[in-house]
Amino acid sequence: MIARGGNERLLVRDIAHARAGDKGNTSNVNIWVYDREDFELLKRSVTPERIKKEFPKLVRGKVTRYVIDHLHGLNLVMGEALEGGVNASLNLDSHGKSWSYLILGLTLDTSESGAGAER
Amino acid sequence: MAKGNGTFRIGTGAGFSADRLDPAVDLARRGALDVMVLECLGERTVAFAHRDRMADPRRGYNTLLERRMRALLPACREARTVIITNMGAANPRAAAERTRDVARALGLSGLKIACIEGDDVSGIFGSDQPFMDEPGTLADVGRPVVGMNAYLGADAIIPALEGDADVVIGGRLADPSMFLAPLMHHYGWRNSDLAALGAGTLVGHLMECGMQITGGYYADPGTKDVPDLAQCGYPIAEVVADGSAVITKLPGTGGCVNEATVKEQLLYEVHDPTAYLTPDVTADFSHVKLRDLGQDRVRVTDAGGRARPEKLKVTVGFDAGVLAEAGVSYAGPAAGTRGRLAAEIVDARMKETHKIKSPLRVDLIGAGSLFATAGKTRDDSEDVRLHVALRTTNRDEAEMMLWEVESLLCCGPAGGGGYRGVITPAVETKSVLIERGLVKPTFEIFVT
Repeated sequence: MIARGGNERLLVRDIAHARAGDKGNTSNVNIWVYDREDFELLKRSVTPERIKKEFPKLVRGKVTRYVIDHLHGLNLVMGEALEGGVNASLNLDSHGKSWSYLILGLTLDTSESGAGAER
Repeated sequence: MAKGNGTFRIGTGAGFSADRLDPAVDLARRGALDVMVLECLGERTVAFAHRDRMADPRRGYNTLLERRMRALLPACREARTVIITNMGAANPRAAAERTRDVARALGLSGLKIACIEGDDVSGIFGSDQPFMDEPGTLADVGRPVVGMNAYLGADAIIPALEGDADVVIGGRLADPSMFLAPLMHHYGWRNSDLAALGAGTLVGHLMECGMQITGGYYADPGTKDVPDLAQCGYPIAEVVADGSAVITKLPGTGGCVNEATVKEQLLYEVHDPTAYLTPDVTADFSHVKLRDLGQDRVRVTDAGGRARPEKLKVTVGFDAGVLAEAGVSYAGPAAGTRGRLAAEIVDARMKETHKIKSPLRVDLIGAGSLFATAGKTRDDSEDVRLHVALRTTNRDEAEMMLWEVESLLCCGPAGGGGYRGVITPAVETKSVLIERGLVKPTFEIFVT
């Protein structure tokens, strides 16, 4: 892996940028790598299974991941993930605008097997 | 009417109800635009507007309408730029009349202001009408309906453009349709030109949130730096005959347009990238190509389109009582611990002492609030704010919550200060589907 700015890369934020949006109680977060060489690492690090495992109380519904290969991005669609959505949520951020940083705050999966598969 | 060397120039002058005005004036003056779109309506905004209209039949439109029109009409008249907006919200007729008054006061004579109605479909549905995307029916909400609005597409807007309107004001005009309609009108696209409709819808989707494509909702210092964000410019789309476009902004404004800003907006509030549903078309964004031309210019091509959805979406707004919020802050050593004690006290007082069962949430800002349910909290913060939120249809409960939080000043943990409390009206929205034949958009032109 090539370190950006000489820093060790630990988080999804170190290789990608993201934006969150809401529709009802469904949150979607789109995520894009800066460098296409990191796309496999992103795909390995941000999977529906992992989202369900990391945030079991928040993300209660189905997680669907769309892969946009040619633009090196993912679109995560997370059902029942907004504490009722803007109509019902008592979270200060009832739209889940900050959910992009929930995903960007995930650690990267830099496991050996993964590192091998990356190339 | 195209002004830009074979391209049709559309600018966004507002991307949501409370968006900035001064950069819109700059764009109207310098943008050489064919059309400026002011997108100011969300599902909840229209529900709140219905409440405004119930309180005063002369209102129910965007509260910034007069200010926006006063600032933009002279420049748009000068540049022969057509304004298209959904600022009419729950009362497009009143909005058009107010705009006419503003134009007259500015001495702009001969201005044609079109008012589009027909999106209000109140009274069509029975209480057994099923929701569009979840189990249940309208009756299950158990709250008074404040309004029902069908999403109108480009076909509701085009007749007003054919009538040479200078300003087009509607209520629930679908966001991308406000961009697609002038493109269909200018380039002569028909409803069967699905690829063009998909491309025009992509332009609308990218542009509808204003600065979200020119550097707003994007900056992350050190990682994603944006120049002069305080003076961010609104976007411009230079669209050619096949619907492909260059997204850019005015020279001399802050912000940036690059591949990354466009990508983030491309799938903003999109689920399946192959099926973005609007009243006009099922747009396919999954093969969109982006080319960064430099100097804040990105070319977007290769959107696709398939047949439009059979039915139209309707947003139903309900009166949902109030949202009450109150807070007190703690700082210094063990602030987090003292804040947690305050949280426990409020919770006990509300639930046990006052037997209040409405949904209540207590957060500690600074120790984990937005991500609390996600499991991300910390206890070492030396500056926390207790934040208590309550949704209720009983105003007494809301006032009791504020009272309890304020009482912490004397009755709570040591060193609590900075109490604030506010009670705001709440709405709830649901979606249902309607047969197209039941929605009959009309337009009327007012001349100054």
